[in-house]
Amino acid sequence: MTQIQSVEPSIGSPPLPPATSPEAKAPAEARSLLATAWMRIRRSKIALLSLCVVVAILLFAILAPVLSAMSGNDPYTSNTSPEVLDDFQTPGLPLPGYMYPSAQHWLGVEPGLGRDLFARLAYGGQVSLTIALLSTVVSVVLGTVLGAAAGYFGGKTDAIISRIMDLFLAFPHLLLVLSLTPILQSRLRDTPLGEGSFLPMASLVIILGFFGWAYLARIVRGQVLSLREREFVEAARSFGASHLSILFRQIIPNVMGVVLVYATMLIPTNISAEAALSFLGVGVKDPTPSWGQMLNAAQSGNWYLSDPWFLAVPGVMLIVTVLAFNLLGDAVRDALDPKASRH
Amino acid sequence: MMTFILRRTGSLVLLLAAVSFITFTLFQLGPSDPAAAACGQECTPERVAEARVALGMDQPFLVQYADYIRGLFSSRMIGAPGAQTLCEWPCLGKSFQTNENVADIIGRSLPYTFSMAIGALVLWTISGVGLGLLAALRKGSPVDKFIVGAASVGVSLPIPVTGLFLLLLFVNQLHLLPFTTNEINSPFGPQGPGAWVANYLLPWIALAVLFSASYIRVTRTNMIETFGEDFIRTARAKGLAPRTVTFKHGVRAGITPVVTMLGMDIGLLLGGAVLTEQIFSVPGLGFTAVHAAISGDLPVTMAITMLAAFFVIVANVVVDLAYAAIDPRVRLQ
Repeated sequence: MTQIQSVEPSIGSPPLPPATSPEAKAPAEARSLLATAWMRIRRSKIALLSLCVVVAILLFAILAPVLSAMSGNDPYTSNTSPEVLDDFQTPGLPLPGYMYPSAQHWLGVEPGLGRDLFARLAYGGQVSLTIALLSTVVSVVLGTVLGAAAGYFGGKTDAIISRIMDLFLAFPHLLLVLSLTPILQSRLRDTPLGEGSFLPMASLVIILGFFGWAYLARIVRGQVLSLREREFVEAARSFGASHLSILFRQIIPNVMGVVLVYATMLIPTNISAEAALSFLGVGVKDPTPSWGQMLNAAQSGNWYLSDPWFLAVPGVMLIVTVLAFNLLGDAVRDALDPKASRH
Repeated sequence: MMTFILRRTGSLVLLLAAVSFITFTLFQLGPSDPAAAACGQECTPERVAEARVALGMDQPFLVQYADYIRGLFSSRMIGAPGAQTLCEWPCLGKSFQTNENVADIIGRSLPYTFSMAIGALVLWTISGVGLGLLAALRKGSPVDKFIVGAASVGVSLPIPVTGLFLLLLFVNQLHLLPFTTNEINSPFGPQGPGAWVANYLLPWIALAVLFSASYIRVTRTNMIETFGEDFIRTARAKGLAPRTVTFKHGVRAGITPVVTMLGMDIGLLLGGAVLTEQIFSVPGLGFTAVHAAISGDLPVTMAITMLAAFFVIVANVVVDLAYAAIDPRVRLQ
């Protein structure tokens, strides 16, 4: 604890220059949002722990090529030799020395195909987290811009955007996403996005991003409704600033706190959604690994009943990741949005 | 009250119309060629052209939509001129795969989805509201902290992982419960209510673990807020028994957000618990939708999506009406 605190000044904001001009003021405020969040997160052990876990998981995924090279394996090579997979008792089941962690295969091998589970988990993390993060970015951009526009312009713009939000919130997401993903994939197949293993990732990012913005937009709209009456907006208007400039320079920077909170909460939702869709067989497909695809592989052919470890590897990884992101999201919310705190 | 109901019903009809139109547009204009999808993998260009006529896709888009909606109110003829077959009311089109009436497929799936929904609902409402209330009453105690911690873990458990784990543990290892079977879809069947419960217990638990976690959070937050309000202090000051204050005054006022959630979740669940049905092989709406989506059976996925959205919207209106009945502070003008 004390060590972390002594390191803090270099991580947190350096002493700010005295705010003499309006230009110097803007970056100071932008920094203070993250600095405030960090200051409060630092105080909670659970928040710090979840932050560390999140960073570790991100590193694990980013370093997938390095880590699997260190273990001497890759996610696609099958090792079906009789020393690894059983030929007699339960055909395809890894022999005891290869089912569980060993020096050669750090997390054992898959039954049936005999691919290295550690390499697939790491590379699968890249795929799952990329989809979750990119789709969150799409939702956040759409939600912020549309929500802010609805709240700021009011009138007809607001009425139209709000009705669209209602419609998006009424649709059962999983069902719609599930049935539209194959359709979108057939549309994308002949475009530059439709190349090989890239296609399922691109379609999941588009679909999850497109169906995730409405809730955030509603929250942003509510915030902007009160912001637009504030003096600094009035001042900007009296200086002759255009609507777009007010929207992007005055309004949106002021809702970034709320946006950050909901973005952190959207990430675990999207991780679960990718897992769900790939598990159902409409998302990432074999041979490309993702955590959802690995769950799918564990269920197909009921492998998980004879080799529970095969289910445990992606399952535990998924639970730990979603839990860490959820707890971090709670912490960011408590730090930035004290009104919404859980007492 | 009457005007309120009329106004809500009016907007309900509008919203349902919008949802049906959007779903229809997405599914008809979405795929590059629905006729090719209907025709199958090995299909000559001539057969695709025939399929297009048979599906009415040579017609203008709005005519197709009007035809579809007409089927909701009366039987209609479907197929290419000369080779038309009767699609009985309520007509939601015919399956590309089996040529069966989509309405029949849905009717067959519904009892399974109802069976899934009702038990899970009872389980998670009792556990979620009960534990949330307990945590609120013991705010700050170890009991509270434990419940809040468990809820945080609960919302982070993905259904595929919990579902497969439950099957592995209780069915495969401990042999306490049977694998789910298609033969039971009602407590009143020949096997009796006991077999029904045994058949659906694991799916109920898998759903309840996830859902009750968020009910715990919402109940706890709202009850703590309500217990801090003036009318509770007044009730206490009047010398009412703590039990009366908690349940008659506190819970009635603090439970409304939970009713909102409940209404929305019932609506959502009636549209099919996609993942849970898939894991436990329960052939309800969600299971049917997954298989139709994978095999490109557009009429089936479209009808189920529409139906599910209808359930959510209707649930929304019911929730609004229920508010007035539960919370004495809400008065409809």
